[in-house]
Amino acid sequence: MENPPPWQERIYALLKAADVRQVAYVPDAGHAHVIRRAQADPDMRDIVLTTEEEGVALAAGAWLGGQRAVLLMQSSGVGNCVNLFSLLHSADVPFVALVTMRGEHAEFNPWQCPMGRAAQGAMELMGLAVHRADTPEEVEEVVGAALDAAFLGGQRVAVLLSQRLIGRKRWTGR
Amino acid sequence: MSAAGTGAAPASDGEVGRIDRRAFVARLLAACPEALVVTGLGSPSYDAFAAGDSDRCFYLWGAMGGAVPMALGLALAQPARSVLAITGDGEMLMGLGSLATVGAQQPPNLTIVVLDNGLYGETGMQRSHTSLGTRLADVARGCGIGHAVEVRALEEAEVLARRAADRAGPAFAQVHVRGDELPRVLPPRDGAFLKNRLRRTLGLGPL
Repeated sequence: MENPPPWQERIYALLKAADVRQVAYVPDAGHAHVIRRAQADPDMRDIVLTTEEEGVALAAGAWLGGQRAVLLMQSSGVGNCVNLFSLLHSADVPFVALVTMRGEHAEFNPWQCPMGRAAQGAMELMGLAVHRADTPEEVEEVVGAALDAAFLGGQRVAVLLSQRLIGRKRWTGR
Repeated sequence: MSAAGTGAAPASDGEVGRIDRRAFVARLLAACPEALVVTGLGSPSYDAFAAGDSDRCFYLWGAMGGAVPMALGLALAQPARSVLAITGDGEMLMGLGSLATVGAQQPPNLTIVVLDNGLYGETGMQRSHTSLGTRLADVARGCGIGHAVEVRALEEAEVLARRAADRAGPAFAQVHVRGDELPRVLPPRDGAFLKNRLRRTLGLGPL
């Protein structure tokens, strides 16, 4: 893709600096640049998932084996993860999810709204700390703090990347 | 098939040629002493623990569907070690998509062992999809796991162990086991303890 927004490159740089080695994802346009960067990086393994909950278990397995992982997903995927989040708590595993939001700013598709509205609450109910970046300027600090809280502080953290950050999706059709 | 349509316990005539799960797991683990092990909740965790507790074993007590992706994360992190995911048909079915994820990654050191009795043993022996038409080894093959076999003899445990030790590409074994209700043998339920002791065997400290 031509000229990704700089905040997406900053996320990749933060993952790199934090020595994240496994990047698990169900694709989303907002994560596309980081996914491409991970694919091109010989020190990172990009792992495409069939459902987001696989990424929760994968991240726990990576930690068991001494590697750091992150899960990239869209807000719709949060609901898919709920029971697997119990693994993180039961085994006290550090965890970071970066969640691109749907169902909020200028959402065109009403089907995205219920899970979009519930994503933060669902993760908080399951014991994750949830932070949010609404503007490009906030991304680096919020994501960097999440990586530190997880991999230095042992916490389970999610960062919501607002739909406004990603911009309006252009819909065509009649 | 008269009374079998609503998930009743299986007729014993389907059990001929099926393997004792405890004996199979014990022989498999004895034959790959170097492998790291993740077990799916329920009977597979009991089977592995009954074979002799070990720091290299992480027993899941929940997170149904997570055994294979957890073992995948471990296998990718520890490429020099063989990793076994030992789980049951019900747990595997809940995470069936993870076979496609394994197929996409082709981890050379991951061996998936499904102890398939065709039943949800923990909840009253209701029939699972593998009693109702799903063929797990075919699914694994279709997901790109080239070495996918069905196991019907105890002696195959050592063959599978050699394959695992070779780390020659992802492997999948659908092991046809009997639907016996065996005594529960309960491994530790403290996930943090299990995590820390396995990490210690790899030279990894706490935070």
